Amino acid sequence: MRVMAQMGMVMNLDKCIGCHTCSVTCKQAWTNRAGTEYVWFNNVETRPGQGYPRRYEDQEKWHGGWALNKRGKLVLKAGGRVKKLFGIFASPVQPELKDYYEPWTYDYKTLVDAPLGDDFPVARPKSLITGEDTKITWSANWDDDLGGSAENGHLDPIVEKVRRESEDKIKFAYEQTFMFYLPRICEHCLNPSCMASCPSGAIYKRVEDGIVLVDQDKCRGWRQCVTGCPYKKIYFNHKTGKAEKCTFCYPRVEVGLPTVCSETCVGRLRYLGLFLYDADAVTAAAAVTDPRELYDAQMDVLLDPNDPAVQAEARAQGIPEDWIDAAGRSPVYALAKVYKVALPLHPEYRTMPMVWYVPPLSPVVDLLRDQGHDGEDTGNLFGAIDALRIPVEYLAELFTAGDADRVTAVLKKLAAMRSFMRGISLGNDPDDAIPEAVGMDSQSMYEMYRLMAIAKYEERYVIPKAHVEQAHDLEEMGCSLDFEGGPGMQDTAHFGEASGRPVPVAVETFNALRDRQTSGSAPGETTLRGRVNLLNWDGTGAPSGLFPEKALLPEKPPPEKPPPPKPAAPAESPPAGEQP
Amino acid sequence: MLAFEAEPGSAVGLSALDIVLWGVLPYVMVVVLVGGLLWRYKYDQFGWTTRSSQLYESRLLRIASPLFHFGLLAVIAGHFFGLVIPMGWTQAAGMSQEFYHFNALLVGGIAGVGTLGGILLLIYRRRTTGPVFMATTGNDKTMYVVLTAAIVFGLWTTLASVFEGEHGHNYRETVAPWFRSLFIFQPDIAAMAAAPFSFHLHTLVGMALFVIWPFTRLVHAFTAPFHYLFRPYIVYRSRDRETGGAGAKGTAGAAGARSSTAGARRGWSAVGTRDRDTRNR
Repeated sequence: MRVMAQMGMVMNLDKCIGCHTCSVTCKQAWTNRAGTEYVWFNNVETRPGQGYPRRYEDQEKWHGGWALNKRGKLVLKAGGRVKKLFGIFASPVQPELKDYYEPWTYDYKTLVDAPLGDDFPVARPKSLITGEDTKITWSANWDDDLGGSAENGHLDPIVEKVRRESEDKIKFAYEQTFMFYLPRICEHCLNPSCMASCPSGAIYKRVEDGIVLVDQDKCRGWRQCVTGCPYKKIYFNHKTGKAEKCTFCYPRVEVGLPTVCSETCVGRLRYLGLFLYDADAVTAAAAVTDPRELYDAQMDVLLDPNDPAVQAEARAQGIPEDWIDAAGRSPVYALAKVYKVALPLHPEYRTMPMVWYVPPLSPVVDLLRDQGHDGEDTGNLFGAIDALRIPVEYLAELFTAGDADRVTAVLKKLAAMRSFMRGISLGNDPDDAIPEAVGMDSQSMYEMYRLMAIAKYEERYVIPKAHVEQAHDLEEMGCSLDFEGGPGMQDTAHFGEASGRPVPVAVETFNALRDRQTSGSAPGETTLRGRVNLLNWDGTGAPSGLFPEKALLPEKPPPEKPPPPKPAAPAESPPAGEQP
Repeated sequence: MLAFEAEPGSAVGLSALDIVLWGVLPYVMVVVLVGGLLWRYKYDQFGWTTRSSQLYESRLLRIASPLFHFGLLAVIAGHFFGLVIPMGWTQAAGMSQEFYHFNALLVGGIAGVGTLGGILLLIYRRRTTGPVFMATTGNDKTMYVVLTAAIVFGLWTTLASVFEGEHGHNYRETVAPWFRSLFIFQPDIAAMAAAPFSFHLHTLVGMALFVIWPFTRLVHAFTAPFHYLFRPYIVYRSRDRETGGAGAKGTAGAAGARSSTAGARRGWSAVGTRDRDTRNR
């Protein structure tokens, strides 16, 4: 047994209102850069729907994830190492921009600059790829809220599959009964197929917290990882030529803060915490024959953090004491393995994903209420869950490789919790029969209620800080401005686009950013302190910064002449087309 | 060529130009190539990438890129065979001069034409596909010119010998000995000087290609990922061991905190940067 720690996330889909705040804040934090216009580390999909990129779940087309070969051995679905190397000159199955969408901006400048005329100026859409006028035909959430599902609904690979299996019984009238949101980030899998696909070995899993990252220095842009990831959560930055992915906001997590998507989630539906797992058991668990047993196999890989034997082994592996303690209080472990209400997304991809989902009960409740029933009565709820085969089958294709019973069991627990707590709220004695009906006791059901419904901040996010005893290794090395820093310089060094050395990211960067953001002085003053730029000096007076500021030397008499005007800060012209 | 005109009839005497071109330049080239590669590898890991444009366009690329790359691999193998293996060895192995030449022309011709067709198709794609052309830097354009020239002139030497037939130039008596002599630091300048102009031209352009190599996107060839065949699938790395460049572990943080004064950092320039949507206005 090799115990390792893994940061995990659980999302309670019942609470997701599809507001996309997580996507927007994530984009602002990480991918509002040239080359990543189309990149959404976090996106929210309406299901049924095609997802992003379109139909990414159709692995017969995209060949993502793992598969078992004839001998029952785990192999990459897109082919082994040799095949991958032969396909390296033109990746055989890679989504193109049209499978995502062509990012655009609007020609806002026209609104301001247009000459006076009879017509109102309009801001035309401009492609961010070509700069030309463009026609907007798709976006990251074009089918939001079932938009266009009459036309495109059948394109959802899961709808396709469920329909096929139920012999076309399902008509698309069922979009009226059921719709939910699925926020997605990188799964930070235990058995990541992106990592296995990377010819350069640039993608790695951090030993300490299991976060999967792309080493931007090691990545050579062979783009096999894009094919390898079945969730299509690795994106190719078309400007730097490097793969990028969700970072689990590691600079935040390292200092004990939740990820941006979690922190800003309006519905407070995200949970963050640690799993302890047996790294030696992962490959065997991912290789079980029946896809429906993958869920159980994945559960077996997760270790009980309160088991003294596991704790002892964790200590032996050098996991710090506060991490073991945090693992014991982990909300994600509780939801996934103790209460067993959180399910992995697409376990059949055999990547052992570590972002889990509590399937939504709400469509069932809503339906009952609309039909005039008591939507929170145990009997009604249980009956409705059984009767509503279609949503359950749909959910099962998402979360349990098609095992509907498993999803039903989870939904029944959620339904039982509602009924149980409603009884208490109405002043009745707790009805112990309700928890027993779903194999729980009153105490644990109440605790589950606290975690899921009350969901206190400190209970939702149990994030042990990174140990920075070796923090000097993470410090920003040197001065990033030494080489490239000229004002007005785009990100082009000696070798053209995207060359040069990136600035390291560290915990210190986070703190430095916070200092800068909360300090009173403008950022430029600190950055250029002690620097003299003679190129901006017009020859009159003393160059700015060459001598100490007069104000700092109060003993001297005031100067007769006013000091020369400070050279204007190099004005960075706002990128054209961007909203002012 | 000029050298010969300056000193007509001199088969033995070497002009200064010959010495510079075939005695000095190769070593300068190696110094720039090796030094440049080492320097860039140390300094510019982030820029060391294929800069693939497959995201923009994949239909033509799917044909052209493998055609070019596999053709190029065959061409490289042919160069090895022709330059490194002495004529005496193949003769000792019982390979006649005629058979060797037939082989070299057939295989070399096919590989060369494939490579040339591939790169022409790639250039066509690059020029006509809007987004791909937008992503093409001046550096890329220079590189394409030199690379195509090297291939064209190389193919010329090969095809010329087809038409000249028996009377064609046997480069294994001139270029190849010179090439091998470079490695023992006793360049056989006279042998190379005796080769025809087409070979001189191809060699010079080839050297130019190697000189610019470290400073273009061609560097990706030197990190061909053969180690993929041997590494474990799952890569674990400790956070503690991430030193120096490892700061590049993520895509960066603290986005643009300094951008107001320092310009955008690598990979952090704003959406809609100059080369994209303002160039066309």
